[in-house]
Amino acid sequence: MAMLPPAALPAAAVVAQDPAQMLPAREQMAFTLGFHIILVPFGVAFTFLMLIANARGLRRGDAEALLLARRWSQVAAVLFAVGAVSGTVLSFELGLLWPRLMGTYGAAYGIPFAVEGLFFFLEAIFVAIYVYGWRRMRPWPHFWTGVPVVLSGIGGTLSVVAANAWMNQPGGFTLHDGRVTQVRPLAVVFNRAFWYEAIHMLLAAYMVAGFIIAGVYAAGILRGRRDDYHRLGLVIPLTVAALTTPLQIFVGDVAAREVYHYEPAKFAAIEALARSGTHVPEVLGGYYADGQVHWGIDIPSGASILSGYKPSTRITGLEAIPAAVRPSDRLVTVVHLAFDVMVGIGFALLALSAWYALGWWRRHDLPRSRWFLRATTVSGILAVVALEAGWVVTEVGRQPWTVVGYLLTRDAVTTSGNLWLFFAATLVLYVAVGAATFYVLRLLPRRWRAGGNAGSADVPYGPSRAHDDVIQEQS
Amino acid sequence: MSTFAAVVLFAGVLAYAVLGGADYGAGLWDLTAGGARRGQGPRHLLDQTLAPVWEANHVWLIFCLVMLWTGFPQAFAAIMTTLYIPLGLTALGIVVRGSGFAFRKVVLHTQQQRAVGAAFATSSVITPFFLGTVTGGIASGRVPADGHGDPITSWINPTSLLGGVLAVAVCAFVAAVFLTAEARRLAEPELQRWFGRRAQGCAVVTGAVAVAGVWILRSDAHRLFHGLLTRGLPLVVVSAACGLACLALLHRAAPRLLQALAASAAGTVVLGWGVAQYPYLLGSHLRITQAAAPDTTLWALAIVAGAALLLVVPAMALLFALQQRGDLDST
Ligand code: HDD
Ligand code: HEM
Ligand code: HEM
Repeated sequence: MAMLPPAALPAAAVVAQDPAQMLPAREQMAFTLGFHIILVPFGVAFTFLMLIANARGLRRGDAEALLLARRWSQVAAVLFAVGAVSGTVLSFELGLLWPRLMGTYGAAYGIPFAVEGLFFFLEAIFVAIYVYGWRRMRPWPHFWTGVPVVLSGIGGTLSVVAANAWMNQPGGFTLHDGRVTQVRPLAVVFNRAFWYEAIHMLLAAYMVAGFIIAGVYAAGILRGRRDDYHRLGLVIPLTVAALTTPLQIFVGDVAAREVYHYEPAKFAAIEALARSGTHVPEVLGGYYADGQVHWGIDIPSGASILSGYKPSTRITGLEAIPAAVRPSDRLVTVVHLAFDVMVGIGFALLALSAWYALGWWRRHDLPRSRWFLRATTVSGILAVVALEAGWVVTEVGRQPWTVVGYLLTRDAVTTSGNLWLFFAATLVLYVAVGAATFYVLRLLPRRWRAGGNAGSADVPYGPSRAHDDVIQEQS
Repeated sequence: MSTFAAVVLFAGVLAYAVLGGADYGAGLWDLTAGGARRGQGPRHLLDQTLAPVWEANHVWLIFCLVMLWTGFPQAFAAIMTTLYIPLGLTALGIVVRGSGFAFRKVVLHTQQQRAVGAAFATSSVITPFFLGTVTGGIASGRVPADGHGDPITSWINPTSLLGGVLAVAVCAFVAAVFLTAEARRLAEPELQRWFGRRAQGCAVVTGAVAVAGVWILRSDAHRLFHGLLTRGLPLVVVSAACGLACLALLHRAAPRLLQALAASAAGTVVLGWGVAQYPYLLGSHLRITQAAAPDTTLWALAIVAGAALLLVVPAMALLFALQQRGDLDST
């Protein structure tokens, strides 16, 4: 690091120092993670919605609720498969793209992943039992096989995010001559960023799944399918999402204050703050260049008050970061805008949740306005955008570090191979898989309506006609 | 402690080789099952057997990767920086395979089913091939301890190619036996014969490859060859015996026994490799003890492995039991 250029050096010189693999590796990692993370809420939280519908169906003998649960489990099965394979690619990539991260820090960083593996096992096993057990298992035992799915989804999220949190606030190991010589596993897993990151992600998963599924049924109702089935398909997920949203904003606020205290460089990027000082305004929007934000809207002393509850709170600016590890203007802009997008969407979704709550409180019914349904339809997309934006804040905001204070990204990246080829192949494949997933999910309702799998002709529990046909055919 | 961690890692490799291998092999039979009509029976059986279990079986791969990068980080980095071509292709192959399989059940038109199914089946064949070449590269000592070995010859060499071909053949054999047993359990005599014939053919091919392999290893991977013929010999013999027993009892033994025999035949080959390789992790230059992470990390892994034993193994047993009882259906 000592040989790194002073800040005044042209950008090209800085780039020249990075291995050629750096750019494609970062792009590929970001792309594949961004893809995988969209599937995560379906494994983690959608299964919970499914169980609510299932329990309701069994308790009240509600056939519509059971049908919803069963159909949702088919959707979950498809998404789970795509989530599993895209997650596997990530595991390979940690080695293929970042061998020096794993080679040096694997002994510490790997521990939460090992715990994660355990939860994936349980999740994959019980998902299979639940999804394929509808017909032959007795109703309540079948329901209970879904519970481990939800629990292991939570466990998996906590452990994998523990790994990410460790990269932000590493601890629990001793370095000697560049090698990890001692590891304190509990301190690795329960690092300082663990709780708020993990809970923030968990709630995000519930919001994303809730708003997306609610949006699907809101769209159905808008198209005139005003039956109990669609109503229930809207109410269950939207209630969960609406309850989660205020909690999420609270946890996000906690997270921001923790970042202020313990990751000042990231916080400076979030605020796009050039110089340290007090009475720092909260700047909304704009882009950062030449030490200031252009086109932003200032809220006087806003940032200071939010971080320390009083205008005189001092916030560290970007200039306080040693030039060698100071993020470029472009990265600062990305982090700053991503943060604004996340928070903006958070409050927009809070407003939607409040609208919903109001309708429920006043009339025990959905708000009547078609605008409510329209807003719900797009809420899922917004939640996904917030999720991605949040991760951009975390990951890009950490740059140029991969393990803050220990390992620079340029020292983590592989130096072998032409990664552009690998990236191109991955890109093509993922676009195809993404499109096919979308297409297949659009096919499912058609199948249901045609009375095929779990179609309306089927009773959720009990022998299916489709199955008997198969048996007859073969005998 | 490091030996213990290596044993845990290797147990994962074994489980993946047998359980995951059977899933891959099923893909091969899918690929060769013929046209849409003719292949309908075998494909249906295959779908039904595979659907509930493939994801759980697949997690063994994740388990191996995680155990390797946490327990033996240096070896992991060395493997990844050397064998990145076959490993990258493996990763992409897994995407095609898993999503292809999941989609096939949902799409309606035969045309689309064919396309998605072909993607699933083809990738089921090439993925184990690449994994086999990786194994060959490691076993023949072509991965330097500091990584960055030759990106081409590390996996295009006699031992690797043997590994690749053997992996595909063994997967196909195990799958054929499993499916024969499955067809028998479901009282489907026609399918039983269909898969039975293939199991027999495969056994011959696998045996031939294994015999040819002896010569290849002798000239290309001398230490491995020596290890297999000394410490590994009993396992090699057991493997051959199980394979033969499988064939002899193909239409007579109880399905479960048959499956156990096939699993042992495949498992002992892999185990033979492990025993011959010990006490080295990479070829004959990086010892397990040298490559291991600090002890506390290994303890953490041991606890995870213990938890897996307590939680995952019974859960998996439940899954398989439910499937064997026909409580899980994928139609
Ligand atoms: C539905 C998604 C969603 C919504 C509505 C919000 N967030 Fe968020 N945020 C995420 C989803 C997310 C996430 C899951 O994407 C991240 C990435 C890493 C993490 O721990 O959570 C995240 C990270 C993240 C970070 C960086 C944490 C770190 O780097 O350690 C901060 C400071 C906030 N968030 C703050 C907020 C605030 C103040 C919000 C108030 C409205 C908010 N978030 C709403
Ligand atoms: C570097 C980051 C990550 C890696 C290496 C990774 C790895 C994996 C792997 C290997 C699987 C497949 C497991 C199986 O076969 O069932 C998977 C699936 C999954 N991952 Fe990730 N993951 C990463 C990021 C995340 C994040 C950030 C989350 C959530 C917070 C997450 C949650 C899940 C879940 C819930 C599944 C189960 C499959 C599903 O629900 O669709 N992963 N991941
Ligand atoms: C537990 C979860 C995660 C882990 C362990 C993880 C790990 C990593 C690693 C090792 C890198 C490469 C090194 C670096 O650039 O610092 C990286 C980069 C990155 N990740 Fe994550 N990641 C996780 C979740 C996510 C998710 C869900 C996203 C979704 C968008 C994401 C977005 C990115 C981006 C954009 C980069 C590139 C940053 C840059 O180079 O500017 N990450 N992450």
